[in-house]
Amino acid sequence: MLEIIAFSLLNGVVYGLLLFMVSSGLTLIFSMMGVLNFAHASMFMLGAYFSYQISRWIGFWPALVIAPLLVGGVGAAVERFGLRHVHRQGHVAEILFTFGLAYLIVEFVVMVWGRNPIENRVPAAIDFPLFTLFGTTYPFYKGLMMAIAVAMFAFLYLAFKRTRLGLIIRAALTHPQMVGALGHDVPRIFVLVFATGSALAGVAGVIGGFAFLTEPSMAQSLGPIVFVVVVVGGMGSISGAFIASMLIGIVQTFAVALDYSLLDLLHTLRVAMPSDSPFYAISSIRIAQVAPLIPYLLLVVMLIVRPRGLLGTRET
Amino acid sequence: MRSTARPVAWLAFVAALCGGPAAADLKIAYIDPLSGGAASAGINAQKHMTYLVDKVNASGGLNGERLQLLSFDNKVDPQESLIALKKALDDGARYIFQGNGSSVALAISDAVAKHNERNPGQEALFFNYAAIDPALTNAKCNFWHFRFDADADMKMAALVNVIATQPQIKKVYLINQDYSFGKAVAAAARRMLAEKRPDIMIVGDELHPLQKVQDFSPYVAKIKASGADTVITGNWSNDMLLLIKAGKDAGLKVNWYTYYAGTLGSPSAIGRDGIGVVKQVSEYHNNALPELDPDAAAFRKRFTEKDDEFGYYRLNTAFLLFAAAANKARSNDPIKVAKALEGMKLNTTVGEVEMRADNHQLLQPLFVSTFSDNVKYDVERTGLGFKTDAKVNARDTALPTTCQMQRPN
Repeated sequence: MLEIIAFSLLNGVVYGLLLFMVSSGLTLIFSMMGVLNFAHASMFMLGAYFSYQISRWIGFWPALVIAPLLVGGVGAAVERFGLRHVHRQGHVAEILFTFGLAYLIVEFVVMVWGRNPIENRVPAAIDFPLFTLFGTTYPFYKGLMMAIAVAMFAFLYLAFKRTRLGLIIRAALTHPQMVGALGHDVPRIFVLVFATGSALAGVAGVIGGFAFLTEPSMAQSLGPIVFVVVVVGGMGSISGAFIASMLIGIVQTFAVALDYSLLDLLHTLRVAMPSDSPFYAISSIRIAQVAPLIPYLLLVVMLIVRPRGLLGTRET
Repeated sequence: MRSTARPVAWLAFVAALCGGPAAADLKIAYIDPLSGGAASAGINAQKHMTYLVDKVNASGGLNGERLQLLSFDNKVDPQESLIALKKALDDGARYIFQGNGSSVALAISDAVAKHNERNPGQEALFFNYAAIDPALTNAKCNFWHFRFDADADMKMAALVNVIATQPQIKKVYLINQDYSFGKAVAAAARRMLAEKRPDIMIVGDELHPLQKVQDFSPYVAKIKASGADTVITGNWSNDMLLLIKAGKDAGLKVNWYTYYAGTLGSPSAIGRDGIGVVKQVSEYHNNALPELDPDAAAFRKRFTEKDDEFGYYRLNTAFLLFAAAANKARSNDPIKVAKALEGMKLNTTVGEVEMRADNHQLLQPLFVSTFSDNVKYDVERTGLGFKTDAKVNARDTALPTTCQMQRPN
């Protein structure tokens, strides 16, 4: 039992931190520009593919730095040459633009690396167990992932709260027009924020690429859950994204370990449920079976109870 | 954009091949996912279809008629498939090939039967090469459906036969996808293990959402805590790869008995971690014979991408039987071909196969094989491949059926 709890906690924290790495960029972009960037998870995917390609050429450690920078460059280009022009047409056009962009990136990836998962293995340099607990090894790269995510959180938090740029970004959260009126180069800040957000997703992609699968639909499978994190955490809140990521990661992981159903609960309460009852089938579903759906339940409940999210600053 | 471009390109290609619209072409329709998440399977099988159609045409076609392949993208969706089927039938296709997804196969089987009932003289046949829900040749069988892949029960029987010879296996964990096929696999495993190895304890029976799990570590933690030494899974595609990957990370030391570890990118993704412990059941693998099957070799020569693997050996068998039946019937008329197919026997490179007359299930040899780095022929250019543990002859794969076939007069 202790074994299950310990590992569920570890796995939950790691998954939560990965979610945070991706969603922090998304929430940053959203808070700054008001754009729900559908192509954000695609940046995560690009990070994975770029790092795969670069590590084959010059090794993993350089890739860990270069791949996110490249992704950041892609993000900057997207903002400078795409979004900025679409921006004049309003938010709907922007959302449609990022939506289409996500498809284009998938097709690009398919053309270059093929439709099947590529053999993106854990780099030999970091492929060793960090420690062994209850006879189960814990891989080093997960520890690395944790360290990077925590460092990223600290960096973002400080940059947001302690620097002049962070001040401007925070001001733009609530009063974007005023910030522009005060003479700040808002378009340049937009490029910077978009590039940073993309690069953060790229870092997550480097690790997530070999932690999970590097394949063309990886963006599609991560995308929805990242939106859940942003909504639950509160649009534009880095701390909110952090808390929501951890919450979702841990709850989902623990749910898998719970082999209980409504039926068991009724049984404990000594309520009989006949097996021909129309509710029998639905109440015999175990929590473990629906674990991956729990974040979406959380999303719905959150939108009903507290639409601005845990730490959100504006009702959107 | 791919979904429309592909069939159009296809038609153009076929038309060019035939040198304009030939008068007497026999149209066959291929309905499978050519876009979306399952496209890798659909596109790979489509390459098999191209190869096999060309092969038949090179040898003079069927009864003097050239085959013409029409491709339709169904996105593994039963509704889309029915629209595609309607189009195919309107275009004059009388032979329908489909394989991905038992839900799709059930819909097509049903629709083809209805079409044939309402349009006497324009009957069509459904050749299913990969949808393996046992219901298709049992409770829901019909005269127009022929299955060229062993069903989930037959494959499980082969796996369990190997497990029965391994006394060190004591605790088995079942983990499957939460839909009809995954449940069928779990049920078959329980039933057959109880029969062949009643001493084995089933320490877990997990169903997880289909293709939605990103991180399998929580499931692996559960497997580990259960003390299982063997895992049986019908998982395919990403659910297969991620499960094995998570197992490797946690240092999980178990044997994996799988249906689909050998195809569509799985070997590349599993890599060296699977050596010696990942097993699969299939009708062919590259080391099933002392030398590469001649068609597999020719296929590899023609399609040279990393993932181009002759994984649908059974499609080759399907075309061999199709040609033999048309030959025997001296006609390409679907009813006559269907009647000739019933009970037909044929020798393939892996051994004798037989199309059962009572439920239209093909009996073919099955191989249980283990992932190895010491093989003559690798898979997906990984340097790794499969090695046969056991071969089950076609006759021994047969299981009783509940099918009550209604035959046309």
